Amino acid sequence: MVAARYQTAVTLYPYQKVADQAASTPARHPVVIIGGGPVGLALALDLGQRGTPALVLDDHEGPGLGSKAICFAKRTLDIATRLGAGAAMVEKGVVWSLGKVFHGDGKVFEFDLLPEDGHRNPAFINLQQPYFETFLFDAIRRAQAGGAPIEVRGGNRVTDVRPAEDQVGLTVDTPDGPYAVEADWVIACDGARSPTRDMLGLSFDGRVFEDSFLIADVKMQAPFPTERWFWFDPPFKGAGQSALLHKQPDDIWRIDFQLGWDIDREEELKPQRICARVDEMLSAQTGEVPEYALEWTSIYTFQCRRMQAFRHGRVLFAGDSAHQVSPFGARGANSGVQDAENLAWKLDLMCNGLAEDALLDTYAEEREYAADENILNSTRSTDFMTPKSEISQVFRNAVLELAARAPFARPLVNSGRLSVPCVYDGLTLFGEDHLDGPPATRPGTPAVDCKLGQTFLLERLHPGFTLLAIDADTPEQIEAGGLLARRLELSAQTNPLLAERYLGNAPSAVYLIRPDQHIVARWPTFDHEAVKRASHIAIGKAAPCP
Amino acid sequence: MPLTLHPNITDPDGFYQELLDAHEGKTKADSDALNARLILILANHIGDRAVLRDALEAAK
Ligand SMILES: Cc1cc2nc3c(=O)[nH]c(=O)nc-3n(C[C@H](O)[C@H](O)[C@H](O)COP(=O)(O)OP(=O)(O)OC[C@H]3O[C@@H](n4cnc5c(N)ncnc54)[C@H](O)[C@@H]3O)c2cc1C
Repeated sequence: MVAARYQTAVTLYPYQKVADQAASTPARHPVVIIGGGPVGLALALDLGQRGTPALVLDDHEGPGLGSKAICFAKRTLDIATRLGAGAAMVEKGVVWSLGKVFHGDGKVFEFDLLPEDGHRNPAFINLQQPYFETFLFDAIRRAQAGGAPIEVRGGNRVTDVRPAEDQVGLTVDTPDGPYAVEADWVIACDGARSPTRDMLGLSFDGRVFEDSFLIADVKMQAPFPTERWFWFDPPFKGAGQSALLHKQPDDIWRIDFQLGWDIDREEELKPQRICARVDEMLSAQTGEVPEYALEWTSIYTFQCRRMQAFRHGRVLFAGDSAHQVSPFGARGANSGVQDAENLAWKLDLMCNGLAEDALLDTYAEEREYAADENILNSTRSTDFMTPKSEISQVFRNAVLELAARAPFARPLVNSGRLSVPCVYDGLTLFGEDHLDGPPATRPGTPAVDCKLGQTFLLERLHPGFTLLAIDADTPEQIEAGGLLARRLELSAQTNPLLAERYLGNAPSAVYLIRPDQHIVARWPTFDHEAVKRASHIAIGKAAPCP
Repeated sequence: MPLTLHPNITDPDGFYQELLDAHEGKTKADSDALNARLILILANHIGDRAVLRDALEAAK
């Protein structure tokens, strides 16, 4: 039996009996993914599209109901676009750019996140997490129809994980009773409470923020502006230390109240109490309370923590199971999807015998580094929003007061630093920078998008490695150390944006770019030996002796 | 330019008096707030992170 732990928003992968359940010896799978949240689904899709079989086991039959992630950042949308799910997300999502920051009664400042030119995707969208997961699953269905070896088994709960030298044994509970499978690799995408982590006896250390957040999703048809409103010390009665109002699709608004640690949860969740707060917030700018209805309310506490190591032999952790952040900056699902994309191509090479075991260590190296950066950012936001001492309160308020009258103080105001992809500066798999080029496209960065006629650069990159040649002569493809890089030939002569982003002052450039679109190395012209060297480095192999 | 810890203010007595005058008649809380604003304004004017770091160190 598999009892539901939460209500699902929609049924996507209903339980079905499969042959594995009747097998006399456990079936063997190359990759088993535990958990079909945003991270598990993205990973399965990426692997399947590369041709590596992926089996997802999830103990429910669809995404959970209720308020979770709403803010999805550009890098996530770029990844989703590569996976074939991005367009649906952007179409459904709310794109916003205007924001207001308040302190008590007064407005501190307004901002307009004017979009930068030449990107397919916006800086971010607001979209309810169940939609995000549904669009990923739709893409999985399309990929399956095209022959991609992906299987998602709902109602399948992993109850035991037994790592061995050459495989990992799993026990899976189902409505028809338990069965066993074996996997070459197990990826635990089973969320912040990760049963896999517990089964392996691994710890999850970090900092608990002593704070509770009341989250109310409110439906209203009123012509309310599509803006992000954030209050420090909101003037509404009992609204706590901060409050946030943000629009989602379907006329839903996300409202957050930071209530503090010592609260009576039951009392705070009473509808009339929530409505009193919401009334005051909604009327603060317009003077009247629009008609609205409460859709979903809950109280959360947050923590910042991560596992010490994301890789434990044949078991790897990705997403919330590996790291957890406070939600300011929307770094949870966004960073988890980046874990998935980082791991997918590496696992694919491993499963095809094209890389050595050490390549998977670099998954841990890169994503632990990214997790630290995300934890640092969300900890700083939390420290600004909830000053921990008298003097930090004094400085916080000084920043807010100054921000109202002096532009210099506005960048210091921190109500969350929105998720941006991590730059893997100086990590193992990155090579040389011999181009005197723009810093934004140096080795370690994710390739910056750029409009190319009717298409965009990111979607022109190859699924494998790309040798990007801008006004430079290179072979059509290059093979080194098991890695195959195919050329993408472009000219910046009539594309000043491409020149600005990839050439700087150089007349030409050659870039080696990974399957996850991160830049490995770059040169002013094609140098066969140098590219070969970088190709070895890029998949964690020793470079050949010159 | 590195942090200077040598005399750099013309009319030091005049500056010191203006600093105290700015705090004249304020409560402790208001004075603390004024100091915090002043530090932020000066820090922004300096801008250079290395100089700011040296200044923080020198003030300890
Ligand atoms: C209030 C709130 C607001 C948030 N806002 C944002 C935001 O704006 N942007 C953002 O990026 N992130 C946000 N987050 C974080 C985001 O929701 C998570 O980071 C994200 O859900 C993590 O995805 P995941 O796939 O790692 O794990 P989950 O989404 O937790 O999925 C784990 C899956 O594993 C399954 N599972 C668990 N145990 C087993 C088992 N034994 N066997 C089989 N399956 C199992 C679960 O049922 C579930 O389907 C927010 C979170 C909260 C709570």
